[in-house]
Amino acid sequence: MKLMHCPLNGWRNFGEFVYGGEVTLPPAHDADPKEWADWVFMEDNTAGVVREWWFHSPSSYWFIAERDNVRDVVLRTYPPEEIFQERVDFSSEGASQ
Amino acid sequence: MALGLLKQGLRRSYKPQPVLPPRPELKSSYDVVIIGAGGHGLATAYYLAKEHGITDIAVLDKGYLAGGNTARNTAIVRSNYLTPEGVRFYDESMKLWEGLSNEFDFNIQFSHRGHLTLAHADSTLRTMRWRAEVNKHMGVDSELIGPEDIRRLCPHLNLSEEARWPVLGALYHPPGSTARHDAVAWGYAHGASKRGVEIHQHTEVTGFRTEGDRVTEVETTRGNIRCGRVLQAVAGASSQVGAMAGLRLPIHTVPLQACVSIPMMPFLDPIIVSGTLHTYIWQTGRGELVMGGSSDPVPGYMTRSTLDFKEGLMAHVMELFPFLGEVRLNRQWGGMTDMTPDFSPVMGETPLSNYYIDAGWGTWGFKATPVCGYRMAETVAKGTAPDILKPFRYERFDTFDQVGERGAASVGH
Repeated sequence: MKLMHCPLNGWRNFGEFVYGGEVTLPPAHDADPKEWADWVFMEDNTAGVVREWWFHSPSSYWFIAERDNVRDVVLRTYPPEEIFQERVDFSSEGASQ
Repeated sequence: MALGLLKQGLRRSYKPQPVLPPRPELKSSYDVVIIGAGGHGLATAYYLAKEHGITDIAVLDKGYLAGGNTARNTAIVRSNYLTPEGVRFYDESMKLWEGLSNEFDFNIQFSHRGHLTLAHADSTLRTMRWRAEVNKHMGVDSELIGPEDIRRLCPHLNLSEEARWPVLGALYHPPGSTARHDAVAWGYAHGASKRGVEIHQHTEVTGFRTEGDRVTEVETTRGNIRCGRVLQAVAGASSQVGAMAGLRLPIHTVPLQACVSIPMMPFLDPIIVSGTLHTYIWQTGRGELVMGGSSDPVPGYMTRSTLDFKEGLMAHVMELFPFLGEVRLNRQWGGMTDMTPDFSPVMGETPLSNYYIDAGWGTWGFKATPVCGYRMAETVAKGTAPDILKPFRYERFDTFDQVGERGAASVGH
């Protein structure tokens, strides 16, 4: 895995990219602390295809990659708009649904 | 000589003594089922039999004896941790290590080398002073030393002030040691099987059957087993086995690579670690340099070795020992490290009443093999974890009671 495809810049050296963790959605701001602890600390730690945040450091661009973490292959990369159609509301009012 | 060997081999009075008996048939029920025949699982079986008189034990492994991370670590043993909980725990391990060869009547090549963690920045020196004081308070031999003392202990180390990262000082831990990792597993396996423990290699666990909060049966590729108690000790597959039991763990698995050079004249007595340069290096009894550096930049389950890793590591090794530039590598490999958020293990009871866990061993599992076996055996035998393990309980993350040991990690992360 020497090159990775950045949805914004095309193929770039793998060393230009930073891993940003699995794509998960945080609980509501007023969720039970146990739920927050679970989101912060616990992981599925899947062996297989995972969906992750990646960062192209030279252009400060965040995107999403699907990677097989057993075979060490990136299957697909795409802009976050594919999943996140609207802004995630982080404000304390109206965040609890 | 070859003829003599042949004659000896053909003599009727000569009976080879295998270390382990042939794999027995799997029984339908055991008091204790241990998943994972690595150092930790075998040590637990050994102490269960020796200290608690429980011998109806099956140790299962999907591969072969000690073929996972027990064979992939870099065999360093130390107790110079950062938190009192960590120091107390690893120091108990140190005391057990010292007696193991005698206990097994089998040489595990335990060797006191002295352990030097180099500081190249003021902030590192500060953490080291902190570690040294915590260590001394807990009765562990550690002190901060300057370049002159380092030169005395390791004359070949590049101590030039012209270096990119000059060495400012080091945390010196005289009890720091190495041991032959395979031998440790063989010693425990032999001792356990001599006492009646069954070791089932190539027997993969595929699932569990539960009733209420109890695991009643372990499903394997060779049939189902009813079980009294179950321990999982499967570094590198903790999340997968845990998931079969319905447990979500605070672990992400990251490959860690290491390599060994061709044998060289002995020149390096102590174990040298540099967190800043992501390097650790020591020389084995037969002259090879064992070297490792930082974890892979992404999580995963890849056991390959990469060029990136070697490029990065060797650039730093040459800053410490410039004359190693022409030395060839002999072997390279990758292991799986189960990293936890606080760099401490997850040990003890779980929400299931008869299922115990020994996981989250990241890059610090080998040195804990004896204490882990000793204390997990106590946990399984008595049903509750002893005080020394309580800080590492599974529930600590729910209550935000982490045991932060990142500052004592040798491996760069």
